[in-house]
Amino acid sequence: METIVIIGNGIAGVTAARHIRKLSNNRIIIVSAESDYFFSRTALMYVYMGHMQFKHIQPYEDWFWDQNNIELVNGYVTNVDTDQKQLLVDGARSLDYDKLIIATGSKPNKFGWKGQDLHGVQGLYSKQDLELLEVNAPNKDKCKRAVIVGGGLIGIELAEMLRSRDIPVTFLVRESSFWNGVLPEGESQMINEHILEHHIDLRLSTNLEEIIADENGRASAVKTDKGDTISCNLVGLTAGVTPNVKFLEGSKIELGKGVKVNHFLETNVKDVYAIGDCAEQHEPIGNRRPVEAVWYTGRMMGETIAQTICGNRMEYKPGHWFNSAKFLDIEYQTYGWVFGSKGRQSYESHFHWRHPKEKICVTVAFHKDTQQFLGINTFGIRMRHELFDQWLTNEKSIDFVMEHLVDANFDPELYLQYEKEILAKYNTDFSKSLKLKKKSNKRIFQLNI
Amino acid sequence: MSTYDRSMALTGQPPKSLSRNQKLATLLGMFGLVVLVLASFNFNFQNKTLWLSIAISAISIGVFWFSKEAYSEKFPGIKNDGVWFKSISSRGFWAWIAGIALTAFYIVLYFFPEYLGLVKDGGNKGVIALFDPLSRFLSGNPASQWFVYGTLYTVAILVFGIKFMWKYRHNRYERIRTISVMFFQTAFAFIIPELMARLNGDKILNGGSLPYYDLKNMWPLNYYNFEGYRIKGFLSSGDIGFALLIFGILSVFVISPILTYRYGKRWYCSWVCGCGGLAETAGDSFRHLSDKTVKAWKIERWVVHSVVVFVTLMTTAVIYSYLGTDTSKYWLTKSTFLIGMAVLLTSVFAWVMAFKRNELQKDAQYGAIGYFVIIMVLLGIHFFSGEGNVFLFKSETLRKSYSFLIGSIFSGVIGTGFYPIFGNRVWCRFGCPMAAILGFQQRLFSKFRITTNGGQCISCGNCSTYCEMGIDVRAYAQKGENIVRSSCVGCGICSAVCPRGVLKLENGPLKNRIEGNQILLGNDVDLMTLVNQK
Repeated sequence: METIVIIGNGIAGVTAARHIRKLSNNRIIIVSAESDYFFSRTALMYVYMGHMQFKHIQPYEDWFWDQNNIELVNGYVTNVDTDQKQLLVDGARSLDYDKLIIATGSKPNKFGWKGQDLHGVQGLYSKQDLELLEVNAPNKDKCKRAVIVGGGLIGIELAEMLRSRDIPVTFLVRESSFWNGVLPEGESQMINEHILEHHIDLRLSTNLEEIIADENGRASAVKTDKGDTISCNLVGLTAGVTPNVKFLEGSKIELGKGVKVNHFLETNVKDVYAIGDCAEQHEPIGNRRPVEAVWYTGRMMGETIAQTICGNRMEYKPGHWFNSAKFLDIEYQTYGWVFGSKGRQSYESHFHWRHPKEKICVTVAFHKDTQQFLGINTFGIRMRHELFDQWLTNEKSIDFVMEHLVDANFDPELYLQYEKEILAKYNTDFSKSLKLKKKSNKRIFQLNI
Repeated sequence: MSTYDRSMALTGQPPKSLSRNQKLATLLGMFGLVVLVLASFNFNFQNKTLWLSIAISAISIGVFWFSKEAYSEKFPGIKNDGVWFKSISSRGFWAWIAGIALTAFYIVLYFFPEYLGLVKDGGNKGVIALFDPLSRFLSGNPASQWFVYGTLYTVAILVFGIKFMWKYRHNRYERIRTISVMFFQTAFAFIIPELMARLNGDKILNGGSLPYYDLKNMWPLNYYNFEGYRIKGFLSSGDIGFALLIFGILSVFVISPILTYRYGKRWYCSWVCGCGGLAETAGDSFRHLSDKTVKAWKIERWVVHSVVVFVTLMTTAVIYSYLGTDTSKYWLTKSTFLIGMAVLLTSVFAWVMAFKRNELQKDAQYGAIGYFVIIMVLLGIHFFSGEGNVFLFKSETLRKSYSFLIGSIFSGVIGTGFYPIFGNRVWCRFGCPMAAILGFQQRLFSKFRITTNGGQCISCGNCSTYCEMGIDVRAYAQKGENIVRSSCVGCGICSAVCPRGVLKLENGPLKNRIEGNQILLGNDVDLMTLVNQK
């Protein structure tokens, strides 16, 4: 029996712990300074919006940890001594380990803006950030306007949160169109429109110059590179996240942006591993970035590392890329690779369809020469993960995907479906005459295949 | 993170408050209610038709106006902002006031109808008298407390149904489902039975009179459907009466199993049923209050299945009590009936134990065996002793205690009165024997499931929080496992509130309907095959 210490109780660390418990009777200790129990970070926004209370975003009841013999330590790891295999918690308590898993996640980026550490300036990542937001922006009387800096997923979530309390929001986005580094033009354009119709003051191609303080050292306004000064009571810094690994400086563990790991999630020090947002691959895997700050990859690394810890050394080999998000009222799903302006290869061609009235659209990426299906983005239509995963594995052609699109539809029953219109546009765009296959339960549930 | 409202304001403190128009709308609705309350205190409204119309219009317009203010300016989408900040929807002061008022209303309705104006052997007074004109218009008879209740119940489903459809206007499943619920309540539960009453004594019924019959309300929810006086009523009313009796039996043994096999129990619980209809419409604002703990789930299983046993014993005893012993008069006698019941229960039990045992948890198996033995012993004792009451008690005692404990206290006083405290499906979840029987079939023999979409779940908890049946949906979704639970009524809200498109209610093949994955889709294929091998 070994002692496994996991630093961080987010999705990566907790998944690792659960799977180690399934595979072994090792002693498992999770250390976290953020919260007593695991909660879903992606759901923090719903607590502020009043959809849920904090206890609802904890996926396991409190007795779960005891019952599964997973020890929880509430504290901050201040020192890691890999020679003695010992941690220091809160500078005082020491904790011995046989194997150490670092799963400390991220922290919001700050790019050295003037005034970035004033009161009323904050990111949105942790439980403490949420508590701080309740102080900084409890309602529209205390917070007359908020300025959000950084047009990514967290930025738009924060905008939605503040709007749910009727707080006016100005949204500064560096890019010329929302998230267009990732999203293709048509989609990014549609989200711009949706942001504006939600009465969010969207300012594209605009950078933050400095945050201005009032006489009490609180943020009172921001200055943009367009020369505007916008007075506000809250500045949300949501320009991405960076691995939370500062506490490891001075240890023997190799750091880059994050904790450097190989494909086996091993660091340069024996028996020390890193998973989740804080891990940085020496060699990126496929089209993926070296640091992947995504819920699902955290979970998958946790599933993989548990095998290694329990004696079955396993390489982290994620399958086909997938992701999802929600932009205000519009749901977004992606399977495979569809590139925006950044990282797009010359062979990647796109087919795009958008509903004439509703905020619904689809973009399908395919290989210009081989016609191989590369990936799909959908907005306002849900798609079936399992089928797309299979189609990607089997390297289906775009024609095949378009013909079988009905099978992949995952919208609730009785919803209007648009596969006919989508295929018609595809036929026109590429002078084809494909016909839609009928929905088949046999194919969907993969019977006899 | 304690931002919930501790004040007594209905409007809630900022961050969320009612607009001025919403306050006015609330006032208007309250005015309608006050008219009804005044009437029950025998305030003399001269023109009853006028004042009843005023009261019901005020309530309806109040709700419509309120909903318009809440939703019309907003984009289609999920409208749960501030649910846990508002006093009424987060067990605050107003929730308790509403709960107590509703509970009091049910107690008066069931046990002290004279306070509503019911007069024994005389004309109605109070609020019941206010409903006389409407009742005469429909059935030709004066109103009763049940007519008042039925009317208000239907109005509630209609007006809050429209509110619900507004709230979920982006969701076609919810809209169509709500139209269905509104239709079945208005037509089947309210208007048709009243019109049927006009036929009583008519020659089309051979001069007989039919019992009040809501056709969609089947046994065992309608636990009294096979009681002696009703059977007499059916049999005295010619072919129509006989057809209705046959329909009542068919709906239990043929129609319901077929529909449940194809669509799951939702075809009834959230598309047709009146209790479900009220829960889904007027109760929608309280759906998130259901208890999701494992403990609650354990209690639920014992309580609801005990009610099934209770209603089965009670009905058997009641039917037994009015059957004869002489085979030459009528083929169905006391003893053939008891043998028939024993055969039926044994075959269901044997089928489950033979084919579906592995799908039941250990304690469920023990429970099933225990209850089966008890029923059989009771039947046996009676059969071999030949004397006394079936099941130790008088059938009338069983019937009365069922009607009091389950029919009145559980389904009405607790089930609806406590909406704002325990959530809107307490009765359906813990008490309804119909839901338990349909659920039993749904779990073991139905095409229905909620499919989990591969690895897309982010464990956010919206699905579990807004599940009115207290199912921890997330626990399944985050394991990549389909949700096949006997209690699921298929309301579709988990799927609606999911921000990542993870859940889909659908009917598909029985094969692989229930499967859990240790490693979720998206990870290494080799790892998935290694770990997910069964």
